[in-house]
Amino acid sequence: MARRVLLIEDEPNIIEAISFILSRDGWDVKSHSNGHDAMEIVRARRPDVIILDVMLPGRSGFDILADIRADPDLGKVPVLMLTARGQQKDREMAERAGATHYMTKPFSNAEVLDVVRSLVGS
Amino acid sequence: MAESTITGTRIRERRVERGIKQTELAAMVEISPSYLNLIEHNRRRIGGTLLLRIARALKVEPQVLSHGAEAALIGGLREAAGDGSAAAAERDRLEEFAGRFPGWAQTLVDSFRHGEEMERMVQTLTDRLAHDPHLAESIHEVLSVVAAIRSAASILVETPELEQKWQARFHRNIDEDSKRLADGAKSLVRYLDATPGSEADIRSPQDELDQFLSENQFNFATLETGGAEAVDAVLEADTILSLPTARELVRAFLEQYQRDALRLPRALLEQALDRVGLDPLAIAEDVQQDLPCVFRRLASLPADVAGPIGLVVYDGSGAMLTRKPLDGFSVSRPSGACPLWPIYRVLTQPGVPLRMRVLQPDRDARPVTALAVTEQIGPARYNEPPLVRAYMLLLPEPESEDAPSLVGTSCRICPRQDCIARREPSVMQEGF
Repeated sequence: MARRVLLIEDEPNIIEAISFILSRDGWDVKSHSNGHDAMEIVRARRPDVIILDVMLPGRSGFDILADIRADPDLGKVPVLMLTARGQQKDREMAERAGATHYMTKPFSNAEVLDVVRSLVGS
Repeated sequence: MAESTITGTRIRERRVERGIKQTELAAMVEISPSYLNLIEHNRRRIGGTLLLRIARALKVEPQVLSHGAEAALIGGLREAAGDGSAAAAERDRLEEFAGRFPGWAQTLVDSFRHGEEMERMVQTLTDRLAHDPHLAESIHEVLSVVAAIRSAASILVETPELEQKWQARFHRNIDEDSKRLADGAKSLVRYLDATPGSEADIRSPQDELDQFLSENQFNFATLETGGAEAVDAVLEADTILSLPTARELVRAFLEQYQRDALRLPRALLEQALDRVGLDPLAIAEDVQQDLPCVFRRLASLPADVAGPIGLVVYDGSGAMLTRKPLDGFSVSRPSGACPLWPIYRVLTQPGVPLRMRVLQPDRDARPVTALAVTEQIGPARYNEPPLVRAYMLLLPEPESEDAPSLVGTSCRICPRQDCIARREPSVMQEGF
């Protein structure tokens, strides 16, 4: 059975591109594009990896990550955070919030693919 | 070098400047030429009527010869010298420098002030960039679109035998996104171009408030009786305020002014002054109003009614809200003040007014009477400590035998080394 990745991101063309790359690599990709009910989707889908944008409509990616880590059932799922801000402060915030990996936009497709593969291996 | 020792040098320079011979000047002020010679070489102290006569003969203000004219200049030079070691060796010759080269000294102080101003401007711009939500959003948008384009473009190039359907789709995405990117970049440039303050007029709203109030001498005759439209009229007539925030600050100030004028009309205040004199506590009792209101009303009086009156107001975090200085007591907005001031001490016992005679260490400082009191902001709530604002009224000090409490201006330029309130080393030396 294909490994499942959940992409929480509000930029439709980024969703399309990442979905394409990961699907071609054999992943079962689902996407979601707002922060409000992201947690419900995470609980329902039970992904093997989550790709989470920091700036989402409705709710910050940091808050969603904190909820994921606080949930005993989901707590250990690897999370790759995406952000358009590369400042040290944001990176530290992501690490403190429990991100498994952190990537700044614009990223390369190969990089995303490598990281997602490595997250499941780990 | 003490001030009196250099007075002679100044007399000599002014005399030479005017082309008057030593014997001529001596004759004009009725002293012997040899005595004048001793004075000019700083070997005799000079003061009182002789100084006045010499000043008159040289057609200059007496203070120019003694110290007054240079006090501000010397203060500025001290700040400019800072803790830089370059000037440290010559710090004790600072007065001599200011006395002999007032033009150069002024230029130095001006350029130091200019530097400070620039520093603040950079700070303002940096803050604006770092905290500007519109800018952050625009950059986020641009980067997101760039990420989408980058991703789609590399799929097109790197995927072997990409199906027609996908090719068309990613081409379309790139087209869409590049349009958005172009618009985003344009709007970003427009925004940055339009950023106010590209001219050299970046001042804080507080600076504008200070300037506005001081040009109006803290007195607004039309608000003493006028209605709500009077505030609008004052604002409309204004030519100083350029920042919307400054207008809001001024409006809040004027509205408070009007409320105070209603509570304590000018005529009533002047009657109280006649009855009990310039004693704010007695006035407060006489007119049945609280001290902060009396302070504000006293500070609004023109100087010919009850003499010059200063007022400073801080909020609980120590940020200055109102600044009306009084000659002889310096209050500057940017540099942190001295924690020995009664206005800070009154915060430890809200509601209890303090009255202290205080003296700053500056050369042109004079003892002043400082009265401080807190004012509670907002209604009282159960189990909630009050939110307070602190007021300090400054009155010129009548002659008195009592020694004033020694307070500072700001640690950096305060010569009182041995002070329990000191928070940073001073750039000055004791007894300078």
